[in-house]
Amino acid sequence: MTSLTALLIDFGSTYTKLRAIDLIGGQIIAAGQGPSTVTTDINIGMDAALADLEKRMGGLPDFDHRLASSSAAGGLAMITVGLVKELTAEAARQAALGAGAKLIGAHAYKLTVKDAEAITARQPDILLLAGGTDGGNEETILWNAQKLAEAQLACPVIVAGNRVVADDTADILSNAGIDVRISDNVMPEFNVLNVEPARAAIRNVFIERIVHAKGIDKAAKRFDAVLMPTPAAVMDGAKLLAEGSDTTPGLGNLIIVDVGGATTDVHSIGEGNPTSEGVVHYGLPEPYAKRTVEGDLGMRHNARAIVEAVGIDAFSAEVDLTPDAVEELLQKIEGDVERIPDNQEETTFDTALASNAVARAMARHAGRIEIKQSVTGPVAVQYGKDLTATNTVIGTGGVLVHGSMPETILSAALYDSSASESLRPKNPDLMIDSGYALYAVGLLAAVDKDAALRLAQNSLTTLPAMTKETTHDRPPAA
Amino acid sequence: MPLTSDQRAKVTLVTGVIGADTHIVGNRILSMALEKEGFNVITLGALTPSEDFIKAAIETAADAILVSSLYGQGELDCRGFRDMCVEAGLEDIVLYVGGNLVVGKQSWDEVEQRFVDMGFNRAFPPGTRTPDVVTLLDQDFATKASGAAA
Repeated sequence: MTSLTALLIDFGSTYTKLRAIDLIGGQIIAAGQGPSTVTTDINIGMDAALADLEKRMGGLPDFDHRLASSSAAGGLAMITVGLVKELTAEAARQAALGAGAKLIGAHAYKLTVKDAEAITARQPDILLLAGGTDGGNEETILWNAQKLAEAQLACPVIVAGNRVVADDTADILSNAGIDVRISDNVMPEFNVLNVEPARAAIRNVFIERIVHAKGIDKAAKRFDAVLMPTPAAVMDGAKLLAEGSDTTPGLGNLIIVDVGGATTDVHSIGEGNPTSEGVVHYGLPEPYAKRTVEGDLGMRHNARAIVEAVGIDAFSAEVDLTPDAVEELLQKIEGDVERIPDNQEETTFDTALASNAVARAMARHAGRIEIKQSVTGPVAVQYGKDLTATNTVIGTGGVLVHGSMPETILSAALYDSSASESLRPKNPDLMIDSGYALYAVGLLAAVDKDAALRLAQNSLTTLPAMTKETTHDRPPAA
Repeated sequence: MPLTSDQRAKVTLVTGVIGADTHIVGNRILSMALEKEGFNVITLGALTPSEDFIKAAIETAADAILVSSLYGQGELDCRGFRDMCVEAGLEDIVLYVGGNLVVGKQSWDEVEQRFVDMGFNRAFPPGTRTPDVVTLLDQDFATKASGAAA
């Protein structure tokens, strides 16, 4: 019997990670790992990872697909520019985040000379330039293109603003020697979000340009294609899981919470329309596939920020330690960001860090209800996405996959009756990405949806049902 | 003289009900009528804070903002509206306001004058018919429309 296999490569900032996948069974056959050598020659890390994989498999098969994603060299660093902060500037931000970018700047209104110089100095990989609805404001996007041209911006620019002046905007930039692409407006009409074309344009530039700029193409003979930045692969995995394929039904609306060392990412797939009667939605609609990145909530690089957000006394009480002992643990973590807990105290500490990161990241991602008083009585107004009816919440990231308390941590994402204005999931199934395979599912989705779904099925573990209420009285160290 | 539909299509109008006011019906009728007459209408609906009118007008390069207020608090809600527009770079935007703008029996002339003093180009009393608004819009944008057509 012939087997079908795929090799999935993740060029990360610390490791080069390989997964050999059996496409028919939807199983990870073996995993291999090498150091990340993007800064020198990417092939060194790739060789080491392949040797590791070969050892584990006892020889390498002739892979049918070899697909790569990358979060190396800081990921895909982007800056967005729009007009009104809550409108086209926000739409541009959403487009960039959904494309898996690491947002290193977001600007609104007219750029000053200093703004433009600061943007150039930050050396983004791609700049997304929006502004104006179609037929709307023309002046600002032209002005901003002029300022960016004068500041000798070096990276490719994607123009996704008012279509009436898209060509003029592009001309200003290309006359200054800037690589420019025109995409559809991120907000063609007032309060109509259209982020997918810009996301596709970002991905194309990533494949054409960034892969080369980061030195990943030096290993080009080893894979068929670098398809996307790693967070975009997770997003594609999420979409496939939600929607299913032609032959396999999906899970429906879902959320992925990824608790990392530096950030906590949340992806939600679903329209997020009001679920309660009489609720009026207000403001910019949010994307069907929405990603947020919380740069102040991370298990290692931002452990202190989490403790400070909770308050040192409250946090100490939660983990049943003195503030001094908490401080000591924080210093230990900061001195060794690769640290993995090796005793009960540290496990409890990590669980509390992760729970608080998840609760805060989810509260920021989810929409909220505000009661406004009108002359005819109170009116419930919804901002953002209503995620209360989400079917499934999936957790990923080291502390959830390898930690001992995944249900406690993931339950922190749920609806809390004491903060009922926050539209978080009420009764979802909780799952853990035990196989650490979500990015692989997203990569495979591009070539074989059913194999990707089989892989997902085999790598997701369902947790016992648990509601927010039942976790409330539970001692954190239980 | 009425504008042609081509000329009207070049005129972008932002409509909405200001403040904590949920009375959407009159504003919706007006918005639909203006759209049917060929104007480019951006509808914000009920419960719209004044700053959101301005944000929408910036992004869409609107020519006029038509503010509705039906619950008697219009004078409070519209205070400083023109100043906010000027602050946001919309010095030349045309501002209309209409509805039940004040509570109690007050002479319309006085009410109108008060809103004109606040920087609104026109104020409309209760019971205004949509064709009257269209006529005045045509009149106010005749210069702009003919300029754009030339």
